[in-house]
Amino acid sequence: MTAKIDTMSPIRAREPEAQNNVTPAPPPGETPFANSTIKLQAEHLNFYYGDFQALHGISLKVKEKQITALIGPSGCGKSTFLRTINRISETIRHTRVEGHIRLDGADILKMDVTSLRRRVGMVFQRPNPFPKSIFENVAYGVRVNGLDKKTPLAETVEKSLKRAALWEEVKDKLHDSALALSGGQQQRLCIARALAVDPEVLLLDEPCSALDPIATAKIEDLLFALKSQCTIVIVTHNMQQAARTADDTGFFLLGKLIEFDRTEVMFRKPSEKQTEDYITGRFG
Amino acid sequence: MATTATSPSLPQRLRAGDPVAHTLTGMAASFILAITALLLYHLWTGSALPRAEFGWGFLTGSSWDPVAEKFGALPFIYGTVMTSLLALLIAVPVGLGCAIFLAELAPRGASDALTFTIELLAAVPSVIYGLLGIFLLVPILQTTVVPALVAVFGFLPIFQGPFQGVSVFSAGIILAIMIVPFIVSVSREILLAVPQDQREAALALGATSWETTWKVVVPYALTGIFGSVFLALARALGETMAVTMVIGNKPEVSSSLLAPGYSIAAVIANEWAETSSGAMHQQVLIELGLVLFALTVVINGVARLLILSMKGGKK
Repeated sequence: MTAKIDTMSPIRAREPEAQNNVTPAPPPGETPFANSTIKLQAEHLNFYYGDFQALHGISLKVKEKQITALIGPSGCGKSTFLRTINRISETIRHTRVEGHIRLDGADILKMDVTSLRRRVGMVFQRPNPFPKSIFENVAYGVRVNGLDKKTPLAETVEKSLKRAALWEEVKDKLHDSALALSGGQQQRLCIARALAVDPEVLLLDEPCSALDPIATAKIEDLLFALKSQCTIVIVTHNMQQAARTADDTGFFLLGKLIEFDRTEVMFRKPSEKQTEDYITGRFG
Repeated sequence: MATTATSPSLPQRLRAGDPVAHTLTGMAASFILAITALLLYHLWTGSALPRAEFGWGFLTGSSWDPVAEKFGALPFIYGTVMTSLLALLIAVPVGLGCAIFLAELAPRGASDALTFTIELLAAVPSVIYGLLGIFLLVPILQTTVVPALVAVFGFLPIFQGPFQGVSVFSAGIILAIMIVPFIVSVSREILLAVPQDQREAALALGATSWETTWKVVVPYALTGIFGSVFLALARALGETMAVTMVIGNKPEVSSSLLAPGYSIAAVIANEWAETSSGAMHQQVLIELGLVLFALTVVINGVARLLILSMKGGKK
């Protein structure tokens, strides 16, 4: 009870003793996969940038072919968590991970990183197409992974652009520069690029933060359509977006997962005071 | 801070400095144009005599006899172009490789330390490189490198004939050593400026770190890398001191790189003191300066077109 009041104040919670009461011992009886629809599972994940601990004992389960949203104020660690799932966080020097993330039960930290990233696609906060043609952007992942033997490349590109709901807008200018597209189109192109290698999991890091409401609505529709094909984890600042799109929602605060539940539960009857304060706009 | 919607008064605007800044920077910019125009004017009027005497034949003539006043620019143009091309051929792969290592692979501390060293190299006076050429490079070439090259590639016309140390080949290698630092330091900055999200986009698709570097980062930076190469080429074309110390200073066109040659900048520096004002010989040297100027403009123009067409092709 006192701990709850303590961590309500962001300044208070940054003090060292706050770390001590975070991580309980590993759960007794290691049977995390009794439920076969768990696609991803984080277990007591700690993450450090140098001496700074950005994630404190995160444990959560992402269900297969569902949308899981991670919400929380800036700097709360939700993007950091997302970036550990495909180990893109490793590209920053002096970072360290403790704990486990399992993809279909296998520890991702022990996997070959390129094959992990082929299975776990990512879309970033700002649209980041390569300065190449639309076609080449989508084909890139297929080419580097040497997957173009099975199906003709053009077919894969078309299919991916259709899955990203961009085909109708670009089918006549596939060889134009991707940089000539609007921001929303560029972001859907980035989604198409990620989908082209047929990932099992798609990570989206605030994919709509640089987009206007219409482009945002298109991306959200797209997420619904994609849900039947892959597992989606989305980080968002926008609580309405989480409420509209996600099946499960996790609330992060100061590097801790405060609450994780069905989205309707999170938004109607959060069990933690901090979650309630955040989603009702009292801070953050 | 301004609470009214009216536009600021003249004193306010003057204090803001816009007109002053505009005038000053504009003057600085027109200064460049003025220098270029003056340079061209003097090169042109100073070379009236030989232009009237030899016409375009000056560019293709290969005799050089100041006593008989017979002048042709071909050996010098040839020497300048060959040494610069050879230098680029060696320096571009080495410089680019070094820049990629420093920007993408090396730990940041080591990268900064090495870059500092490389930038020091760029500041070494060219006469020092000339000495390096005479005392270090030429002996090594003579005892080791050239015999090996001749043994393997001796059938090629560029590696035939005797090698006396001073040669187009030696000058090209010294130039390569001199321009590598330019390519490295500029290319490294450009590679470092490639947005991190481009790297992450490639890595997130399952590209290895080398695939990311070679297929995403380098292409993204390619225009800038070309820029660094042309900066280096400009230095190579105009380099005087180091070249004249190792090229042999012999106005001949030889198909072999092992033969001595001469460059435009070198002949101007070497023979200027022997000429008298307004005389044919001096005016010929001024015309050679004009040729070098034109050569630089043409090469840079071609480079610009190349970059533009690349961008156009990429769209």
